[in-house]
Amino acid sequence: MTNPVMRFWRSTIGRKAVMAVTGIIGIGFLLAHITGNLLVFKGPDAINSYSHFLHGPGAELLWIARVVLILAVILHVAAAYSLTQQSHAARPVGYSMRKPQVSTFASRTMRWGGLLILIFIIFHILHFTTGTFHPGGDYVEGDVYINVVHAFHVWWVAAFYMFTMIVLGFHLYHGAWSSARTLSIIGDSPQPLHRRLAMIIAVVVWLGFTLVPLGVLLGWVG
Amino acid sequence: MMNLKLHVWRQPSAKDTGRLETYEARDVSPDMSFLEMLDVVNEDLIVTGKRPIAFDHDCREGICGSCGMMINGVAHGPQRGTATCQLHMRTFKDGDEIVIEPWRAQAFPIIKDLVVDRSAFDRIIQRGGYISVNTGGAPDGNDILVGKDRADHAMDAAACIGCGACVAACPNASSSLFTGAKITHLGKLPQGQPERDRRVVAMVEQMDEEGFGNCSWFGECQEACPKEISIDVIKQMNHDYVAAAARGSD
Ligand code: FES
Repeated sequence: MTNPVMRFWRSTIGRKAVMAVTGIIGIGFLLAHITGNLLVFKGPDAINSYSHFLHGPGAELLWIARVVLILAVILHVAAAYSLTQQSHAARPVGYSMRKPQVSTFASRTMRWGGLLILIFIIFHILHFTTGTFHPGGDYVEGDVYINVVHAFHVWWVAAFYMFTMIVLGFHLYHGAWSSARTLSIIGDSPQPLHRRLAMIIAVVVWLGFTLVPLGVLLGWVG
Repeated sequence: MMNLKLHVWRQPSAKDTGRLETYEARDVSPDMSFLEMLDVVNEDLIVTGKRPIAFDHDCREGICGSCGMMINGVAHGPQRGTATCQLHMRTFKDGDEIVIEPWRAQAFPIIKDLVVDRSAFDRIIQRGGYISVNTGGAPDGNDILVGKDRADHAMDAAACIGCGACVAACPNASSSLFTGAKITHLGKLPQGQPERDRRVVAMVEQMDEEGFGNCSWFGECQEACPKEISIDVIKQMNHDYVAAAARGSD
């Protein structure tokens, strides 16, 4: 008898379910992350004390979250990669003419968008978590406010962040909606292609994250 | 009457390499169906000693599902909810160029020209697209009551004619709409309950084995389906599959 977990993973639906669950974990994290970020507008003390809480009393929680998130990213990427390979193999010879009818731009850019987001995550960790790569000023451990201000005074860093957030918005516009359908946590609809909640999530995440680099560039922060 | 230029995929057999060839379709009546237009082109080809264009068709009334082809990049052509045989030439205009290609999927190998082998669908059905009943006297018609909304859902899904347009239109060449339709059709009815878990696990396994892609919810299948089956059937299939896996069904 084959292992039921492996069988679930091998099935296309199993891997899609894994992508959906890990994606929703990611959305939850992003919303929490935005809430923390916006403290930057309340001044250095607010965001720095939040950071001190996470690294002090909240350290265990932080590590649990990190482990869950890293696992989620690994599973999400592994499933996406293998499903993409399978899809390419499913149509080895393409059409000479093909007109998409209803698929959104967001749905057709999930793979490239996902790749960019993955690169961004790695960059972002080196940039703000470890401080390994921090152009625009010395990385000061624990002084989130200063690090943010320095970082986004570098125009290309701010541009890279803001561009990726647009891509992330598109990724979530399709991802949030399709995850809910994959897991069948929403009901049937006479207009199944309509999506309202996913639109709200996409806009909130895009705007929430874009405000910080934009705020620094426009001088609202720092 | 109109004159059209056709670019048709010609491939003598599965082993040959194919290519698009150009034909003139002259004096086409707007009242002809798309297949009748091809019939007329074929008559010309036969008279001039050329090999006619092979395409699949049977009922020509939109119910058998054999007539699928890609017309100008859209499965079954530009008219929504319509199989190729029900598509009329009035949807085109004089001077139009039309590209006609077979369904493209690893699981649907080309037999000849526009004809593909859709027996992968048959094998998916064989794994569970049925209910088992004991033979004997005919049961009483009202023995098992079915609610109106359930019956409607089941019948909407049962409208699937197995044409393969969902696979053809899907960027992933996924057969999720087809398989989901069968699972929803039987899963919504009381008669389908005893084998429900086993059915979904086996049919999904077969669908994967045949080499179809996964569902990314592009929504193209729903738009291409001549019976306008909703992608909600895919949601149902996913739900049933995950539930069956959680219960440890084989
Ligand atoms: S020929 Fe039967 S559906 Fe078109």
